[in-house]
Amino acid sequence: MQLSRTSRWSLRTITYLTIGLVYLPLAIVLVLSFNDSNALVWPPRGFTTHWWSTLADVESAREALATSARIGLVAMLIAVVLGSLLAFGLQRFEFFGKNAVSFLAVLPIALPGIVTGVALRNTFVRFGWDLGYLSVVVGHATFCIVVVYNNVVARLRRMSPNLREASADLGAQPWQTFRYVTWPLMRSAVAAGAILAFALSFDEVVVTTFTAGAGVSTLPQWILNNFSRPNVLPYVTVVATIVMIISLPIAWLAQRLSDGPRER
Amino acid sequence: MVSGPVLWLVVVYLGSLALLITSAFFRLDDFTGKSTSEWTLANLDEAFTTGAYRTLVVRSVLIAAAATATCIAVALPVAFYISRLARPWAKRGLVVALTIPLWAGYLVKAYALRAIFEPGGANGGGFLNSVFGGSPGFGYTATIVTLAYLWFPYMLLPVYTGFERLPDSLLDASGDLGAGTLRTFRSVIFPLLIPSIAAGSIFTFSLSLGDYITVKVVGGTTQMIGNIIERTLLAPNQPLAAAFTLWPISIMVVYLVVMSRLGAFKNL
Repeated sequence: MQLSRTSRWSLRTITYLTIGLVYLPLAIVLVLSFNDSNALVWPPRGFTTHWWSTLADVESAREALATSARIGLVAMLIAVVLGSLLAFGLQRFEFFGKNAVSFLAVLPIALPGIVTGVALRNTFVRFGWDLGYLSVVVGHATFCIVVVYNNVVARLRRMSPNLREASADLGAQPWQTFRYVTWPLMRSAVAAGAILAFALSFDEVVVTTFTAGAGVSTLPQWILNNFSRPNVLPYVTVVATIVMIISLPIAWLAQRLSDGPRER
Repeated sequence: MVSGPVLWLVVVYLGSLALLITSAFFRLDDFTGKSTSEWTLANLDEAFTTGAYRTLVVRSVLIAAAATATCIAVALPVAFYISRLARPWAKRGLVVALTIPLWAGYLVKAYALRAIFEPGGANGGGFLNSVFGGSPGFGYTATIVTLAYLWFPYMLLPVYTGFERLPDSLLDASGDLGAGTLRTFRSVIFPLLIPSIAAGSIFTFSLSLGDYITVKVVGGTTQMIGNIIERTLLAPNQPLAAAFTLWPISIMVVYLVVMSRLGAFKNL
């Protein structure tokens, strides 16, 4: 398509400006983690590494980090198993109500988190179950299943049915076809879905707020609770920066994995 | 094979939603703060006919729509540039660069934008205030910009994929038939991208509509439907809170139906 020089120039400017704007807030957090002040204001007062060097003493942050990691791992495991099964089953078999099931499979992310949170809380309270780790894991797994499902189903849709048929023609049993043909082609999508599920669980606030009992505090809740406490606030910026730095390579890996084999 | 996950989604998720909806019809015992087993329509009546609540719902929908519109307005030129003008080796990097911030933490970004919009005061000023000498402060603008910022990647990805699927020949044909850039965009590109935009908008709209934390962080005194649900639930008035959740549920069901008519589900 032919574009005038001005259009090209303005499209490029908009794109790079957007990238700049997207990173500006993150850069501000990074800079403020070295700020010699305990308020989130600009410009920074002075340089200090105090918050970074004393972070290890903040026990509540360590505990929240461990809680988040634990919940994220369990929710991820449930989601990987159930989400992959759902994608595989829906893609492979025809059955009555298939459309309804695939609509159901997007509902937990299409409805706002507050609805999911309030609904699950209500169920737990109604049946007299305690709100705690279990309720948070159930809440997280519910939307994580959808994330894994979406990743895996997209991969399966791109996979040619010829491969499966060729495998069967060559005498493979269905499980052998799965083991040697389908699985090697879908495993990177499962891995990408798993990473994404863990990341979403790790960052989730709303469902957690409504399903966590008094004893459970995840990292986002720790952040939420400590933004209003001036003596802990600088540590929040440090923790946020650390999480960002750790997420970058993982996010990149997830992107690579979800592209799939041979398509780069 | 499908029964395990379906059972989870049906029993845990739909079961909870059904329980939530029925709980809106129970009367609250004012004395104990717990819901009784007496049926009543009073909660629904209060949630759906009170003028103040209706205004709040309309405001939430408008904020979510404005955030979605902002995402569309930015995603279209950016996705167009990456898909058609960027060098092949740069494409991947640009897409990753724009989606990675999704991983940086929702609260962290919300508070970072608070530091940007901070109108200044006893503690000093915010970023906009000290660098550009003025800030819109906390309110509608800050809320809409923050929501758009938070959910932008959800719009960019489907729109970019949509652009990648557009055959070059269509754009060339449009040019050959004498259409200028804007005309090609309006008559060829945009109609073909509607399913992708619809798919992205499900996320940006839904996530914005139900958000009550962003508006607390950067909205000043602005309130959205989520704030009322949270406050009512903790009051505690579970039945009335359940009645309030019928607002986002019904709005999203209507929204999903409209978007699926536009072809959104083929692009999710």
